[in-house]
Amino acid sequence: MRPEKKDIDELSGIETTGHSWDGIKELNTPSPRWWLIIFIVSCVWAVGYWFYYPAWPTLTGNGERGGTEGTAGWTQYKQLEEQQAEIVARKAAYQSRFDAADFSTIQNDEELYAFAIAGGKSAFKDNCATCHGTGGAGGPGYPNLNDDDWIWGGTIEDIQQTLQYGIRGNHDETRFNEMPAYADILDAEDIEAVADYVVAKAAGNALPERGAVVFEENCAACHGEDAKGLRELGGPNLADAIWLYADDRNAIVSQIRKPKHGIMPAWEGRLSPSTIRQLTIYVHSLGGGEK
Amino acid sequence: MNKLTEKPIYNDEIVKKFTLATVFWGVVGFAVGVFIALQMAFPELNFGEYFTFGRLRPLHTSAVIFAFGGNALFATSYFSVQRTCRTRLWGDGFANFTFWGYQFFIVLAAVGYVTGVTQGKEYAEPEWYADLWLTIVWVVYLVVFLMTLKNREEAHIYVGNWFFLSFIVTVAVLHLANNAVIPVSFTSVKSYPLWGGVQSALIQWWYGHNAVGFFLTAGFLGIMYYFVPKRAERPVYSYRLSILHFWSLIFIYIWAGPHHLHYTSLPDWAQTLGATFSIMLWMPSWGGMVNGMMTLSGAWHKLREDPVLRFMIISLAFYGMSTFEGPLMSIKTVNALSHYTDWTIGHVHSGALGWVAFISFGALYHLVPVLWKREGLYSLKLVNMHLWIATIGIVLYIAAMWVSGIMQGLMWRTYDDMGFLEYSFVESVMAMHPFYLIRALGGILFLVGALIMVYNFYKTIKGDRTEESESRFKEVAHA
Repeated sequence: MRPEKKDIDELSGIETTGHSWDGIKELNTPSPRWWLIIFIVSCVWAVGYWFYYPAWPTLTGNGERGGTEGTAGWTQYKQLEEQQAEIVARKAAYQSRFDAADFSTIQNDEELYAFAIAGGKSAFKDNCATCHGTGGAGGPGYPNLNDDDWIWGGTIEDIQQTLQYGIRGNHDETRFNEMPAYADILDAEDIEAVADYVVAKAAGNALPERGAVVFEENCAACHGEDAKGLRELGGPNLADAIWLYADDRNAIVSQIRKPKHGIMPAWEGRLSPSTIRQLTIYVHSLGGGEK
Repeated sequence: MNKLTEKPIYNDEIVKKFTLATVFWGVVGFAVGVFIALQMAFPELNFGEYFTFGRLRPLHTSAVIFAFGGNALFATSYFSVQRTCRTRLWGDGFANFTFWGYQFFIVLAAVGYVTGVTQGKEYAEPEWYADLWLTIVWVVYLVVFLMTLKNREEAHIYVGNWFFLSFIVTVAVLHLANNAVIPVSFTSVKSYPLWGGVQSALIQWWYGHNAVGFFLTAGFLGIMYYFVPKRAERPVYSYRLSILHFWSLIFIYIWAGPHHLHYTSLPDWAQTLGATFSIMLWMPSWGGMVNGMMTLSGAWHKLREDPVLRFMIISLAFYGMSTFEGPLMSIKTVNALSHYTDWTIGHVHSGALGWVAFISFGALYHLVPVLWKREGLYSLKLVNMHLWIATIGIVLYIAAMWVSGIMQGLMWRTYDDMGFLEYSFVESVMAMHPFYLIRALGGILFLVGALIMVYNFYKTIKGDRTEESESRFKEVAHA
């Protein structure tokens, strides 16, 4: 029998449990009432929730993905559908008219044009801006879409084709060309000479003779006799002082010796045909769109 | 020999080692945190292959949770279990093995992270060989702890030890289940998990959430239950509350994991179940806060005098705040906004910096003079300075993450009048830049606070005194 001697804490007047560990005692205070009430209420709430929503696995594995269905008939897929419905409705006001109209109709219809630009801008920022920049200004190796220098053409149809099939992409219809590595074809002096020719051409200076010969024999087939490019072949214009990689002579020499080739993926299959058309109109509107 | 009157000679050498390791890994973990916070603001700081954000991030999380937090748990559990059981820690050699074994695990894991060896599971990144090694260390920890409990000279097991024991046992179970993998070969660092797809995701977040629940909550409540009443020199507020909230906490916590997988391929019923258990968890979590804070009733004046106690009480306030925020964020409608945003990062840090680190700092400030047999800390002024600099750091950190997280969530879901997304992902990243800067500043303040603590410990251990500590020691001697 333990002696019945209560240990009362002086400050609080509350009894302790009678034990002491390294000088630490415990009061026998009841749990705070508010604490108990909130705890019980949260448990009751949870039980109610279990009836209302899918909440427990079923033994048979039947029911909504193996669990109870709940009286609300709620599933996350239904919720998604409901919430998307409002967004879909906003688009639906324009979508079918947009899909039925051709490019020139859209460009002459204020509403449809605004729809295309809004959709194109939204898709551009998420898919194209990574390479071409948020405003489409491009960067070294990534074409500027604001200017009127188009490698593969700047009409609305050209742009649509590029978007759909890509350049050196993985689509059968992809636009494709490849400049040979002239380090294996020409000697160093010829390469220097043709680089001088290209620099002079772009600057509008007197053209060096040797370079002109090399250019005509090796480059004109793709870049054109006048070096203004051949869009059917995707041969860039070399005469307009706009450069895809860099504007100094060394970069030009290196591009002749061992050219870099950018890749634009085909967007068909990744984006819906409607989105591609919106993007086409958006890119065409950026500043360089051709009739 | 009368065992009851003879004061046992405690194994404090092992506690000293773990204490120093806690401080060391704390500084490392906070510093890496500051660096990766700056990487988020200035991507140019991603140097080379080994020091990119993707590799340093697990280094940071593991360094603060497992290296800083883990060593703090070892130090405090070994310290308090001996005293509350009035017996020496069982097995000196085994205890020593847990120290070196655990440090070896940390280094093994860290080397893996920077060299790109990872399981790709959050908070369970170490590969199979490190996991196996940790299992051995952890089982030895369990045995040392259990044997010490068995040898106790007290009739009852103190509440702090319930929490420590539940932490050790549950972490072992979580670790084994989530790391059930098959190595490609015994000479390969790579392994593949036994579980696949959504099952793997569920087990990962059952693990992940209970790492928070048992490592960072139950374990640190064990610290709280010893050091708060000890420091306040007051009895624990309510024995009955401690029983109720202990059992409800450990029973309910283990169910809450699926709230990390709202709106995923996890079946709806599992998501709901996780959310409801998270709501029910609110009061069991708060039980620890109530019991800690109310322990000061009748002794609130001590808060004015003792910055170490202030650390502990502020930590309980942060604990209360983040354990309210957690259930809130587990509600589907809230989670739909907060998930995948910086809000989560802010939530984690109000728990990690405010609760876990602050209760550890409080315990460390109490431990160091005791372990090195000094009359007291070198400077209480520096403790106070650490407290306020770190608190301002935490407030900056979490406020910035609240704002940027909610902004991020709102930007991602904004549609224009025609039904198109208003913002791209990159635009939301750009909008977060100022908040990333504030977050980094908060982290820097927290690190500076920790460095002040290191200096204070160095001077304390060295035996230096300030005028203030000189007079404080005299007062104690006269009392």
